[in-house]
Amino acid sequence: MFGKLSWSAIPIDQPIPMITSGVVALVILSVLAWVVLAGHLPYLWREWITSVDHKRIGVMYTLLALVMLLRGFADALMMRGQQAVAFQAQGYLPPEHYNQIFSAHGTIMIFFVAMPFVIGLMNLVVPLQLGVRDVAFPTLNSVGFWLTATGALLVNISLVVGEFARTGWLPYPPLSELTYSPGVGVDYYLWSLQISGIGTLVAGINLVTTVLKLRTKGMNYLRMPMFCWTTLASNLLIVAAFPILTATLAMLILDRYFGFHFFTNEAGGNVMMFMNLIWAWGHPEVYILVLPAFGIFSEVVSTFSGKPLFGYRSMVLATMAICVISFMVWLHHFFTMGAGPNVNAIFGIASMIIAVPTGVKIYNWLFTMYLGRVRFTTPMLWAIGFMVTFLIGGLTGVLVAVPPADFLLHNSLFLVAHFHNVIIGGVLFGAFAGYTYWFSKAFGFRLHEGLGKAAFWCWLIGFYVAFMPLYAVGLLGMTRRMQHYDVPEWRPWLLVAAVGALIIFAGIVFQILQLVVSIRHRVELRDRTGDPWDGRSLEWATASPPPVFNFAVTPVVSGADAYWAMKVRARRDGASDQSPDYKDIEMPRNSPTGFVCAFFATVMGFALIWHIWWMVAAGMVGAFATFVVFAWRDHDEYVIPAADVARIDQVNVDARRALMSGAV
Amino acid sequence: MSTIVLGHADPHHLGGLHAADHAGPASKRIVTGYGFWIFLLSDIVMFSCFFAAYAVLSGQTADGPKGSELFDLRSVAAETGCLLLSSFTCGLASIAADVREKTLFQLAMALTCALGLAFLSLEVREFASLVARGAGPTRSAFLSAFFTLVGCHGLHVSAGVLWLLTMMAQVIAKGFRADIQRRLLCFALFWHALDIIWVALFSVVYLLGAGQ
Repeated sequence: MFGKLSWSAIPIDQPIPMITSGVVALVILSVLAWVVLAGHLPYLWREWITSVDHKRIGVMYTLLALVMLLRGFADALMMRGQQAVAFQAQGYLPPEHYNQIFSAHGTIMIFFVAMPFVIGLMNLVVPLQLGVRDVAFPTLNSVGFWLTATGALLVNISLVVGEFARTGWLPYPPLSELTYSPGVGVDYYLWSLQISGIGTLVAGINLVTTVLKLRTKGMNYLRMPMFCWTTLASNLLIVAAFPILTATLAMLILDRYFGFHFFTNEAGGNVMMFMNLIWAWGHPEVYILVLPAFGIFSEVVSTFSGKPLFGYRSMVLATMAICVISFMVWLHHFFTMGAGPNVNAIFGIASMIIAVPTGVKIYNWLFTMYLGRVRFTTPMLWAIGFMVTFLIGGLTGVLVAVPPADFLLHNSLFLVAHFHNVIIGGVLFGAFAGYTYWFSKAFGFRLHEGLGKAAFWCWLIGFYVAFMPLYAVGLLGMTRRMQHYDVPEWRPWLLVAAVGALIIFAGIVFQILQLVVSIRHRVELRDRTGDPWDGRSLEWATASPPPVFNFAVTPVVSGADAYWAMKVRARRDGASDQSPDYKDIEMPRNSPTGFVCAFFATVMGFALIWHIWWMVAAGMVGAFATFVVFAWRDHDEYVIPAADVARIDQVNVDARRALMSGAV
Repeated sequence: MSTIVLGHADPHHLGGLHAADHAGPASKRIVTGYGFWIFLLSDIVMFSCFFAAYAVLSGQTADGPKGSELFDLRSVAAETGCLLLSSFTCGLASIAADVREKTLFQLAMALTCALGLAFLSLEVREFASLVARGAGPTRSAFLSAFFTLVGCHGLHVSAGVLWLLTMMAQVIAKGFRADIQRRLLCFALFWHALDIIWVALFSVVYLLGAGQ
């Protein structure tokens, strides 16, 4: 009846997962109880869960990322703690548990923190920057978000029901094959990634179409803000790379569920084909994450230097060059495979070439700051911290791109230090910069600056204290993923790294405090103008938070830095007293399709993991029925009358006139 | 003078480079069709992985049967005929939808459906006979890759048939509304794309395989 599922799947004898999940369950239940008892449920359902508004969906993506960051970071603290105490001892985590923790840490941080964070920011900002009212496919956008949430949910269910993969964040066969991983851990991994992968693909298609086909009048390609360009590049990569992940994981699923021989040791299967395929997705994935961060830094550096971005066209070119070259370097993840010196040399050279456009970008940011009037706000601090940190990470990357050096460093903690250096220093710092930069746009009040700066310094110092020792201990020969070790020379470095993790923890505490304090003081921090940073692109041309239709009258663009040009013109000519010509606006209707789809996907994913076949069928029928019902709807849009648009817009117009005639 | 006053309004002097300004957001029909093209490209990327896996594993027969011992080119020719003909009838349905000719549309769609089902039944028969001869997907890596690649295309055709039936029902219930027309455009793109993939599949798997 319930496939492989029985009471023994719940790890009652293991205190750590049981206590953790008990606390998490308690928190979730009390939040749910509060929501229901305080009567917020209808509001949440109407305004958020069924919302197809790109801004709301962007906020929900970001929230998912922040919550999952806590989970992923808890795993990191446990690992650092284990390695600090497990010198010539077993430590407090048994091997099978430790292996699950490092696998879950990587999986969660990449798929359910970094991905939703950047996709959330792109969703929130890109339509505003393009001067349009929504993304190309609003309902699909909601489906994409909820499928991502489904994946995150399944990974977290594995904490209580069953186990998670012990294979690392990429399930290399033959370890991940049924023979060596007979449990459900790898299946949790596979199905949560397949489901959230569909969500990511949908988001990618949506954003590519939005940037290419939905731009306001006059928004030529070379007038788009840099963040729109990097969004385009990143989502083109999603569209081209995520199907590879889907196909590869599908092959592993067929191996595990039906005894196929793609990656098995017997009957002609080819293990190395998995490495090639997974990294043909995996390397572009790195750039899927970091390109949007580059875009965020471009916006932040330009705004807070009070100058247009230096070398805009070279930046566009560098972005698109990275987009293409990122597909030509995947083999550097396994130089040790033995493909031969020529193949290794080609991929080594390609890996060094991709550092060139990245270098171009660094210079462009530096020259944007040069002779600018730089304001050291929190987003700008993240940007400067990024430039230094990412540079170091990039240099060690060039180091491991040299095949002979890689033979020594492969799978050592040097590598671990390198990719944390670029992902924390690049992606995460970028996401935090974007989070502080655009928070006021999403909610109408700014984040507390002092606490934000405290969080930044803790993160920056904590990062260096945690990861520089890992470079050293990697050079001393320590391999990654060790549950315990016996070499005394490694110990001091790992103790320092544990301290670094604690400093980062302090940074996260400051971020939580920042959010709480800012919400409590939202009246003082209110952004009435919609343009708190003296911004340059169109998202600052509308109110904070923007009305559901974004722009009462869609802007017409005549050059780069569109909003800056409008402000210059208004200051020169004086604000116009003429009331704009408002028209009726058609907006997409809210729809529960995404949520219902995700419900059935969760049921189906869980049933597939536990081999509960009747439940799989029920989930499939439900999903198809949802699709038909959605297709059957007659009215997918509603009209906001011109008079309402005028009334809503009046506040924004007044605030902006005051801004133009007053202080500035 | 004006350029100096405007200052940073056009910092890269790009305004003069492009005579025509972008005209604004595209129409819904274009946005929908464009988005669906992007999806099809991603789908083709997925197929290319299965093609690559097949190319890598096609020699790995594990002392089992080779392609030339298994493939029945006459049956495959019939499958190809069905699918190509169904693309023609699908094209007729698109024309009928353009001129809002309900009867012709339903007839052409029904024919497309019948041809799709004929294709699927031929494929199922082929798979069943392979399994019966002990040449199922678990026999060797070559057969795993073969069943996955061809089966993935077959699953796409099955999904296409379900979609086709939904579209027939929608046209009956709602007529040729603008949103229905957009969906028909996507469906036609999907159906033709399956043909393109089949042509590659026919050449790479069956023709090359039968010659080995």
